Amino acid sequence: MLNQSAPLDRVFHALADPTRLSMVERLSGGPVSVSALAEPLAMSLPAVIQHLQVLEASGLVRSDKIGRVRTCRLEPTALRTAEQWIAARQAAWERRLDRLGEYLAADSQEP
Amino acid sequence: MTQPSVVHATFTIDRAYDAPPARVFAAWATAEAKARWFAGPDGWQAEIRELDFRVGGRERLRGVFPGGRSSDFRAHYFDIVPEQRIVYAYEMHMNDRRISVSLATIEFRPAGAGTRLAVTEQGAFLDGYDDAGGREQGTRWLLDKVDQALGTS
Repeated sequence: MLNQSAPLDRVFHALADPTRLSMVERLSGGPVSVSALAEPLAMSLPAVIQHLQVLEASGLVRSDKIGRVRTCRLEPTALRTAEQWIAARQAAWERRLDRLGEYLAADSQEP
Repeated sequence: MTQPSVVHATFTIDRAYDAPPARVFAAWATAEAKARWFAGPDGWQAEIRELDFRVGGRERLRGVFPGGRSSDFRAHYFDIVPEQRIVYAYEMHMNDRRISVSLATIEFRPAGAGTRLAVTEQGAFLDGYDDAGGREQGTRWLLDKVDQALGTS
């Protein structure tokens, strides 16, 4: 189980990059080898592997080496449990604070 | 539920409001004002709303979602500095099961004619509670944040 001060930060950091987001989107279709994952990307294999390491550190992606092929897959539990739940709590705060803003705006127009 | 588990998380949300700190603070300080904005999502209905806004005082907000699930928020106020700071601890129950125990710190700072508000929550989230609706909302919010991050990068 995750037990760190800000797991969401790592997930945000991992996804807040167009290359990594496109890798996650690609993996949402199913497991893919590293070389297949790198193929549509206009960058070197070491650069792709660096991005992959960030995704793995965030817990979003897992890779396993079988024979000579390293296969990557999404690790859905990373988004399914703690982060989603904590994100839900943050979303609840955001929604309430929006409403607080609406209340303050409406209240200032009353005589 | 399988094994008892706990996840610790801290987050801060910053907001800017045009209203001065006195008015923003007042929105937290009376049951009437707080009821105007502090509530569950659309469709959620309050059943019990109590607020004793003083150091040592308590707050309770119990309600039901359209599907029949109940939520119960119980808070205990530890520190109140008018127009500047509120610190309270709260426990959250879903269907009468405790799902989290948190410390919330609300800071009000003057910013021009308005207010900067910072809400910090430090929580112990218990037993991987599966709050399906809330998690879906959380995921949507997470993806919106990613869109924003990409849009501004």
